[in-house]
Order: sequence, then C-alpha cells, then structure tokens
Amino acid sequence: MTGLRTEEFVVNMGPQHPSTHGVCRLMLTMSGEKVIKIEPVIGYLHRAIEKICENRTYNQCIPMMDRFEYVTSMSSNMVFALAAEKLAELEVPERAEYLRVIMLELNRIASHLIFYGVTAMDLGALTPFLYGLREREMIVDLFEMTCGQRLTYNYIRVGGVSKDIPKEFVPKCRETVKTIREKLLDYEGLLNENPIWLVRNKKVGVLPTDLAIAYGVSGPVARASGIDFDLRRDDPYSIYDRFDWDVPVRHNCDCYDRYLLRLDEIKQSLNIIDQALDGLPEGPVQAPKFKPMSFKPPAGEVYSRIENSRGEMGCYLVSDGTTKPVRVKLRGGSYSQLQALPHFGTGGMIADLVAIFASLDIILPEVDR
Amino acid sequence: MGEQTGTLELVRVFRWLHDLLLSTGIGEPWTTVVTYGVLGVMMFGVLALIALFLVWWERKIAGHIQQRFGPMRNGWHGWYQTIMDAIKLLQKEDILVDTRDRVVFFWAPVMCFTAAFLAYVVIPFGDGLIVADLNIGILYIMAVTTFTVISLLMAGWGSNNKYALLGGMRSAAQVVSYEVPMVASILTVVVFAGSLSMVDIVKAQEGWFVLDWFIVHPIGFIAFLTYITAATAEANRTPFDIPEAEQELVAGYNVEYSGMKFAMFFLAEFVNGFTVSAIATTLFLGGWNGPWLPSWAWFLIKTLGVVLLLMMFRWTFPRLRVDQLMEFAWKFLVPLTFANLILAGLVKYLGLVW
Repeated sequence: MTGLRTEEFVVNMGPQHPSTHGVCRLMLTMSGEKVIKIEPVIGYLHRAIEKICENRTYNQCIPMMDRFEYVTSMSSNMVFALAAEKLAELEVPERAEYLRVIMLELNRIASHLIFYGVTAMDLGALTPFLYGLREREMIVDLFEMTCGQRLTYNYIRVGGVSKDIPKEFVPKCRETVKTIREKLLDYEGLLNENPIWLVRNKKVGVLPTDLAIAYGVSGPVARASGIDFDLRRDDPYSIYDRFDWDVPVRHNCDCYDRYLLRLDEIKQSLNIIDQALDGLPEGPVQAPKFKPMSFKPPAGEVYSRIENSRGEMGCYLVSDGTTKPVRVKLRGGSYSQLQALPHFGTGGMIADLVAIFASLDIILPEVDR
Repeated sequence: MGEQTGTLELVRVFRWLHDLLLSTGIGEPWTTVVTYGVLGVMMFGVLALIALFLVWWERKIAGHIQQRFGPMRNGWHGWYQTIMDAIKLLQKEDILVDTRDRVVFFWAPVMCFTAAFLAYVVIPFGDGLIVADLNIGILYIMAVTTFTVISLLMAGWGSNNKYALLGGMRSAAQVVSYEVPMVASILTVVVFAGSLSMVDIVKAQEGWFVLDWFIVHPIGFIAFLTYITAATAEANRTPFDIPEAEQELVAGYNVEYSGMKFAMFFLAEFVNGFTVSAIATTLFLGGWNGPWLPSWAWFLIKTLGVVLLLMMFRWTFPRLRVDQLMEFAWKFLVPLTFANLILAGLVKYLGLVW
C-alpha cells in the first residue's frame, strides 16, 4: 500500500509496569510491535546506600546491605562482612562459615524460585508463580526460625553470624531440601517441554559470548552464554572449596538456556546444602575477639566479591582506621546485565523484550543502590 | 411476533404475553416491542447471573490449581464475592483521560457489552428455550460476535494510549485471523446437519446418548479441537490473550477504563467465554440432548464443562507471541480446518454420517 504513512513511536515501559521487576524505565522506540531501540533509564530506586554507610559503624552497615539486594539479602550481607574481615584479617569460626554457606545457598535457591515464577508469569503462565513461591516459603520459614526476619535478614555479620541456629533447623532444612528436589520435577514437567514455552524462549534474546564478556555480564546469564566462570569455584571465598559440586554451563545463549541453567543451579545448591549440613561442626558462631562497636580495621582498601544469584556481587571498602568506613562501593550483577540489554534485546517484538528482561532476572535495588 | 416452527415453550409464553397486551387495547407495534423488551431483560438477567457465577468459578478454579482457596470470606466458599465486587465497581469513581476521544471512548464498552449478549438470541438453552429459532442461526452468531472486535478497537483508539492502541490492534488482527478457522470448523457441522439453524443442528444429534453427537465422529472430533482452539482466541483467553497481555501491554485495550466501564468489558469477556462454550455444546456435544435430566440442565452441564476446559487452559499455559499466534492460525489451523471441511463433504456424500 503506497501512500500509507507509518512512523516510529516511543513507548515508556515503566517505571510503573508489571514486568519491569520494580521501577526500571525502558524507553522503547517501536515500529508497530517491533522494538527498534531500548534506552534504560535508571535511578528511580536510588537510596544512596553507599553514602549512608559512610556514617555508620561496620556492623551498622549490614542492615543497609539488606536493602541493597533484597531478594538475596544473605549474600549482600556476606559481601560486606567479607570485605570488612579481609581488611581486618579476622578469622571466622568454623561453624559460622558452614552456616553462612547453608544460608547463602538457601537464599540462592529462594531467588531462583522467584525467577522461575516471575519469568513464567511474564510469559503469561500464572500458575508457576505460586508454585515457586510455595517452596520459597519453606526457605523463608527457615530464615525466620533462625534470625526472625523473612526478607531483610541482617544475619551474616562481620566476624560470623548474628545467632546460632535453633535445634529444629537441621531436620527442617533437610526436609526442605528433599521437598524442593521432588518439586523440581513438577516445575520441569510444567514448563520445560511445553511447546508454547519453547517457541517463546528458544532463540530469543541471544546474548553472544563476546558481548557478555564486553559488558561484564556475570552469573547465570554469563554461564548460559557459554562462559564457564563461577566465583565459588574460581575464586573461592568462605569454605566453598571444600564441597563437591558442578558449575552448570550452557551454550545456546538464549532465554531458554538461562531458564534451564537456573534450574540446574538449584540442584547444585541443594547438593552443597546437603554436604554442608553433614559437615556442620559445633562451636561458636562469632569471632571471640570481635567487638562490634569498637571494631577498627587498619587503614587500607579492599575488594571482596562473591557469586550471587545474579552474578558477581562486589564490595569495595576503604578504611582510615576509624570505626566507620571512608568509602563503600557496591557492585551488583544486575547493573551489567541491564547495561548489555540495549545491545542484544532489540529486533524482537515487545513480548520478546519481556521474555528477555525476565530471563536476565534483574532487580532494580541492585542497579540503583 | 413472527411465525415460529415447533412447539417451543418460550415462544408459547411470549405469544400469550403478546395476546394479553393486545387485549388491553395497546396498538400492534407497541405490543411486540414490549414483549421483546421483557424477553431481553429476562435474558440479560440470566446472563448477568451466569457471568457473575463464572467470575467466581474461575477464581475458585484458579485458586485450586494454584494450591490456594480463592475467595473464601463472603458466604460459603465466597459465593457472593463477585456480587460484592460488582457493587464496589459500581461505586467507583469513573476516571477519565482528558485526551480521550469522547464519543468512541464512551461507546466502546457499551458496544462490547451489547455484542456479547446479541448471540443469545439463537442459543438454545434447552428444548424450546430459545428466543428466536432463526433459520440462519449460526451465521447470525458469527456475524454479531465479530462486533466485539470493533468495540475493542474503539477502546484502544478512544483511550489515546499507546498500550491500549497496541492491544486494540492486536485484538483486531487476532479475531479476524481466527474467524476463518472457526467458521470452517463450524461449517463442518453445518455440512453434517444440513442446516444453519441451531435447533436443527441439535435435533440432528438426537438419539443414542453420546453416540449421536458430532464429536464422536472422527471428522467432528477434529472440528471440535480446531473450534475450541479458535474459540479460545475469539474469547481472548490464554494462551491467546495477547490483546490484554498484562505483562506486556499492562492491560491492553482496557488500560484507561475504570469503574463500571471496566466492569462491562470484564463481564463481556466472561459472557463471551460462555458463548463460545455454548456454541461448542450446541454444535458438537449434542446441545440439550441427554437422558433423565431436564434439557436445560444438560445444556448447562455440558457448557460449564467446556468453560472448565477453557479455564484450565488459561491457568496452565503460557501466552503465545503475536506473530506466532498469526502463524499458528494461517499456517496450521486454516489448512487443517479446510482439509477437514472437504473431508466432511466427502463423508457426507458417501453417507458415512451417523
């Protein structure tokens, strides 16, 4: 049809949009249904966490870290505690290390379960969301039993963990592990072979390996793009080098692989938890010499990094020898992934973009801090 | 009233009402208008009740599929929850966008609502429970249900919102595409029954309980599957609910509607779901035919069974993408239904229909 005038138009996806997982704003240039250009606009959730930390003692910073990455706040607690311990060369008791690993892995599973549910919901399947959250609930109950909190745990502290686990924890944790192992089969049965799920995810949002490396993409998204890199294995922190587990890697670089990879990771995390529960020693959970209010690490700077469910989470810490840090800089995996999105997310329909965004599993507090 | 064939109970009731009005001395055009008015209000009441029931039922089914209870607070298992919701929606402020197209924005929900109810003129709820047994019944249904797409397009355009417009455009493309396989699968049944009248189609399936339904015939079964697929798309339900895909288009065409205007879209959607199920029942499942129970009970049981099927689709499947949806319609469903239609003609010619 000649003479029919067509034009591109700009759609604001967000900051209030059901599938931007928080308050991300994507300015989309669209031609009909096709996305031509993506411009992420961030900062709607900026709370100046890094600056606030400069006015707090080291253990007072930990509650701020809960708000840095609230879906897996155990690991954001961990990354800060690890940095402070590295700075002060503080020895953490054996039992605390085991508890940390158990909590971190449980939290990783909880996060991946949310991913499972939310991704399915973004693609229109409403039921998996409640399935995912049902099993997450068991994990959250375990956390509540341990530290009284369900979302912002404030559990992993400088020099150890805040409290020892109650005695019902270990049997209940084993039961949870067993249940999740069984329910994973349900999850896979519901979506893995579903033809609609396959056409929506396969060959959608291909993130090439070199692009992933160029933008510093890490974590499950990088591993689904064929990058065999996991900090738990390649730069072990805490006691991860003592466990026997695999790093799942996939090579198709698309949304479907990212989804499968996260399910694989849940299985590996369950293995780690099993081994950690078996080897859990008795003893104190706090470093005996450590005094929270007068903790003064020597002047210097340090960078600690851990493998979070969204990639490399880092904390750069500068101390001048007083009770408060001079500078805290946090790195979240979501930031790099959002940064890469405009370079591989275009060319598809708006529905593809929703699938890609969901498969990256971005959370915005980690991007904005 | 026009001359009706058969001994339909509803027709007798209305002839009686018509005569009663005539005997009071009111002139001819008015008596017919009043009679049909009463009939219309009655149908409207029944369908509004059905729609309210379906909303509640869908929530219960969704709840049980998702390991929760659904509404539980208002009455036994929350049976009057949707009535309370409707009352709440009636009280809501009607939020209007300044930049809307006033006329189009106002009339879109009205039209959607009306179009949803128009089909019930020719749907036989039971033996004789039909408003008018048009001899082109199924053709009439195909014609009026397509009005819905115009109303959705109007809603998308009138809202002056990009998401709404995308939703409206999607629904137009989708409904127009799925109309083709839907009509082709319906035609299969028309070939079998040799009539376009809904009553005649049901009567063609009389006889042995299940064995005489068109769904038992292999060709009829394929037609049933293609019809259900196309009907799910017609009723804008998952996996074909892309016009209102909430995760992509926020809410699609009804994003700017609130209060009762939104409720009209919402109820119309459920009425549409019931319509396509009722048509499926009439065409493939033998309509009101069945032993022991009264005919309307059989009709309701079968229709609600099909509605249950649609609801289970909705709560298990992910959603297709808009281009995949079109591909599925034109590359798979259309050839399949046409091949099936040709086969049906052949089978009918050879006399293999029972």
